[in-house]
Amino acid sequence: MLIFYVAEIGGQPHKRRKTSDANETEDHLESLICKVGEKSACSLESNLEGLAGVLEADLPNYKSKILRLLCTVARLLPEKLTIYTTLVGLLNARNYNFGGEFVEAMIRQLKESLKANNYNEAVYLVRFLSDLVNCHVIAAPSMVAMFENFVSVTQEEDVPQVRRDWYVYAFLSSLPWVGKELYEKKDAEMDRIFANTESYLKRRQKTHVPMLQVWTADKPHPQEEYLDCLWAQIQKLKKDRWQERHILRPYLAFDSILCEALQHNLPPFTPPPHTEDSVYPMPRVIFRMFDYTDDPEGPVMPGSHSVERFVIEENLHCIIKSHWKERKTCAAQLVSYPGKNKIPLNYHIVEVIFAELFQLPAPPHIDVMYTTLLIELCKLQPGSLPQVLAQATEMLYMRLDTMNTTCVDRFINWFSHHLSNFQFRWSWEDWSDCLSQDPESPKPKFVREVLEKCMRLSYHQRILDIVPPTFSALCPANPTCIYKYGDESSNSLPGHSVALCLAVAFKSKATNDEIFSILKDVPNPNQDDDDDEGFSFNPLKIEVFVQTLLHLAAKSFSHSFSALAKFHEVFKTLAESDEGKLHVLRVMFEVWRNHPQMIAVLVDKMIRTQIVDCAAVANWIFSSELSRDFTRLFVWEILHSTIRKMNKHVLKIQKELEEAKEKLARQHKRRSDDDDRSSDRKDGVLEEQIERLQEKVESAQSEQKNLFLVIFQRFIMILTEHLVRCETDGTSVLTPWYKNCIERLQQIFLQLFADVILLCPSLAA
Amino acid sequence: MSHLYKEVFKKKKYYDRALCIDYDDWLNKIKFSKTVYVGNLSMSTTEQQIYEHMSKAGSVKTVVMGLHRTEKTPCGFCFVEYQTKDSYTHAVNVLNNSILDGRIIRVDEDLGIIGKRKYGRGKTGVQKRDERTRY
Repeated sequence: MLIFYVAEIGGQPHKRRKTSDANETEDHLESLICKVGEKSACSLESNLEGLAGVLEADLPNYKSKILRLLCTVARLLPEKLTIYTTLVGLLNARNYNFGGEFVEAMIRQLKESLKANNYNEAVYLVRFLSDLVNCHVIAAPSMVAMFENFVSVTQEEDVPQVRRDWYVYAFLSSLPWVGKELYEKKDAEMDRIFANTESYLKRRQKTHVPMLQVWTADKPHPQEEYLDCLWAQIQKLKKDRWQERHILRPYLAFDSILCEALQHNLPPFTPPPHTEDSVYPMPRVIFRMFDYTDDPEGPVMPGSHSVERFVIEENLHCIIKSHWKERKTCAAQLVSYPGKNKIPLNYHIVEVIFAELFQLPAPPHIDVMYTTLLIELCKLQPGSLPQVLAQATEMLYMRLDTMNTTCVDRFINWFSHHLSNFQFRWSWEDWSDCLSQDPESPKPKFVREVLEKCMRLSYHQRILDIVPPTFSALCPANPTCIYKYGDESSNSLPGHSVALCLAVAFKSKATNDEIFSILKDVPNPNQDDDDDEGFSFNPLKIEVFVQTLLHLAAKSFSHSFSALAKFHEVFKTLAESDEGKLHVLRVMFEVWRNHPQMIAVLVDKMIRTQIVDCAAVANWIFSSELSRDFTRLFVWEILHSTIRKMNKHVLKIQKELEEAKEKLARQHKRRSDDDDRSSDRKDGVLEEQIERLQEKVESAQSEQKNLFLVIFQRFIMILTEHLVRCETDGTSVLTPWYKNCIERLQQIFLQLFADVILLCPSLAA
Repeated sequence: MSHLYKEVFKKKKYYDRALCIDYDDWLNKIKFSKTVYVGNLSMSTTEQQIYEHMSKAGSVKTVVMGLHRTEKTPCGFCFVEYQTKDSYTHAVNVLNNSILDGRIIRVDEDLGIIGKRKYGRGKTGVQKRDERTRY
C-alpha cells in the first residue's frame, strides 16, 4: 500500500491511503489538472505551485499520461492558456528534460492537427507555444523563426487564399500574448515579418466580405473582415509599445524561478504543404453591436480596435466551445470570467453569443443552444442580464433594414422561442412604428413572422391576446384547413360528386384499389379522351383526391401522416409525372395555406416517402402560386430543409459505397492470406453490391446537381424579370423583395460551398 | 472535458427495467436509439406544439403521444423519434429542462416505442413520475 500526500486543490492537505491502482491516480491527475484555476480557497499561484510539485513527483511513473494530459488541455481549454503555460514553465524549471519532451509532443500534436484539418485547434496550440516563450520554456528567437516560416506561406502560389490567411492569422493572433517578448528580443526580424504581413493583407481579395456581413451598413459599427480587424488591433498594440493589461499572466509571479530555467529551441517548423484534402477555415466578419456608449454607467468597453476586445472575445468564444453541451456549466463559466469587474461583461457575453448565432453561413453550434444559454444566463444574473438582452433586442429591431435576411430569420426564431419562455411578455407598443410601414418592409415583416412562430408554440387566440389591438393586422391567420368541396356553393365545382364519394370511401376504411376505381371516372380537363390506362397527368383527379383526403385527416399531424402512408400507392400513381408532383404540392398548399407548419411537415413527409422529389419542391417554390408568399420564412425553411435532405442522401449512399469497397479490400487481403476458393463466390456478391451502389451514387449525384440547377435557373429567371420590370416601370431595383431575394440566393451559394463543395468536389465540377 | 466540472452526485442510474436486464444492458441498447422520452408536459400541449419545439434539435420523424393506460387520453408525456442520432443527442443535451407551454419539460434517452410503451406504467394508468410520493 502506497500512501500519497496529496495537496488537495482548494483544501487542506490530506493524508490519503491510495492503492497503486494506476487508473485511479490517472483520473485524479486528470481532475487536478483540469480543475486548476477554478474558484478556490487558495490563491492561483499557490495552487499552481502545489500542482507542479505533485506532477513533478509523479513524473517517474506517469510521465506519458501527464504529457498527454497537458497537450490535451492546451488543445481543448484555450481559455485557460496562461494557467497551463505557467504550469509547464514551473515543471520545466524543475525538470529540463520534461520541458523538452513536452515541446516535442506539442510540435507532433500541431503537425497532426494540421494534417487532420483541425485548424481551429491548431491556432490554440500555436498560441500555447508562443506563451511558453513568456514562461522561459521556449527561446524567443526560435519562435520568431517559426513565425517567419508561417508568414512565408503568403508567398506560395496556386494555393487557396484561405491557406495563406490561416498562417497569417495564427501569427497575428498569438501576438497579444507574446508580442512584447518577441519584439524585445528580435525587433528587426519581427519588423520584417510585419512588413510581409502588411503587404499580403493589402493585396488579398476580400470579395467574400459583403456576403458574410450581418449588416450591410457601416453605421454605427463597421462589420470588418476578421484579418483586417485583427491587423488594426495588433497595429494599435504595437503603437502602444505592446502594453497589454487584460490577459491574466500567472507566470509573472514566478519570474524569479522561471528566469533561472533553461530554455528549449523549437525545431525548425515547415508548414505542411497544401494537399487536395486540405480544408481550411472559412473567413469571417467580426460582429460588432456594442460600444462604450451603450453602457454609460458601468466600466468602459474596450474599443473595437483594442487588443483587449480581441482577447475577451476569443476567450468567451472558447468557453462556449468547451462547454456548450452543458449550459449550466457554460453559463457559470461565462459569468465568472476573470477580470470581469473591469469590463462590461454582460455586454461582451451578449455580443459574443449573437455573433455566433448570426454567423454566416451557419452558427458554430446548433441554434437552439444559444436560446437556452441566454435563458440560463438570465437566471444566473437576473438583475442585470435581462436588461442588456432587452437593449440588444431593441437595437437589432432598429437595424432590421440593413440586416442580412438569413440573420433576420435567426433573429425571428430566437426571439419567438425566447418569448415563449416568458409568457410572450413584450412591450409591443414600442414597435408601433412598424404598423405604418409597407408590410413588405423588414420591420412589419419581422413582427408578423415572430407572431406566427409564437403561435406555433402556443395557439391562435393566445397571440391575439398578447398584442395590442393595433397589431391585429400583423397577427397570423387561424391555422385551419380550407376544403373547397365543403359547403353547398361547391356543388357546381367539377369533381364535387367524386369528392363526396371519396369522403365516404375514406371514412369506411377503403383500400387503395377501391380509391383507384372511384377515381377512374374522373374526367381529365386537359385531354379530350383519356389514354388507355387512364393514369396520365390528370389535375382534377389529384385535386379531388388530395383535397378530400387532407381535409379528413386534418385533425393532427399524425392523422395526416397516416393518410399519406395508407394511400401511398394512389399518391405515387397520381404523382408519377413531374407535373403530377407539382400539382400534388399545389393542391396541398391550397388546402393548408393558413398553416405553414403543416405545409412544412407534409412536404417533408412527401419527400421522404418519395411521393414528390426535391426538384419538384424547388419548382413549386418558384411557381407563380407561391409568388405572393415567396418572401415568407416558411418557404425558405422548406427549401433549405429540402436541400439538406438531398445532400444527406448523397452522403449516405457514398458512405455505403465506401464501406462496401473497404469490405471487399479486406476480403481480398484475407484471401491472399489463406487459400480459400469459396471466397470467390463471396467476392462476386460483394462486387455486384458495389456495382449497384455505384449506380445509386451516380443517380443520387445527378439528382443533386439537377436540384441546384433548377434552383439557380429559377432564381436567375425571377431576378431578371424583376430587373426588366423595374426598367420598364422606371422604378428602383432595390426593393425589399429584391434584397430578400438576392440574400436568399447568396445564402444558398454559401451553404452549398460550405456543405457540399468542401466535402464533395465532384459537385464543384 | 466539461464533464469534469460537474459535481458527481450519488444518483440512481436510470434504466428501463421492463426492457433491460441491468444498467450495462441499457447502455448497450441505448447506443442505437433515436427516440427520446419527453415528460412533464401539460395535458393541453398539442402534438403540433411538440413538433415545433422538438424540431429545434433536428428533424423529427414521429411523435407518439403517451396515453393513460385505461382512459386512453393524453397524460403528459410523449415519445419523439428523430431522423438522426445527432438530433437525438442535441435534444437530450439542449432541450432537457427547457420550457414548453409554460412547463419545464424533461427530455431523456429512451429505447424507443416498443410494444405498449406509449401507455402510462403507473398503477392508476398515468406516468409513473406523476405518482411519485417521495422526492
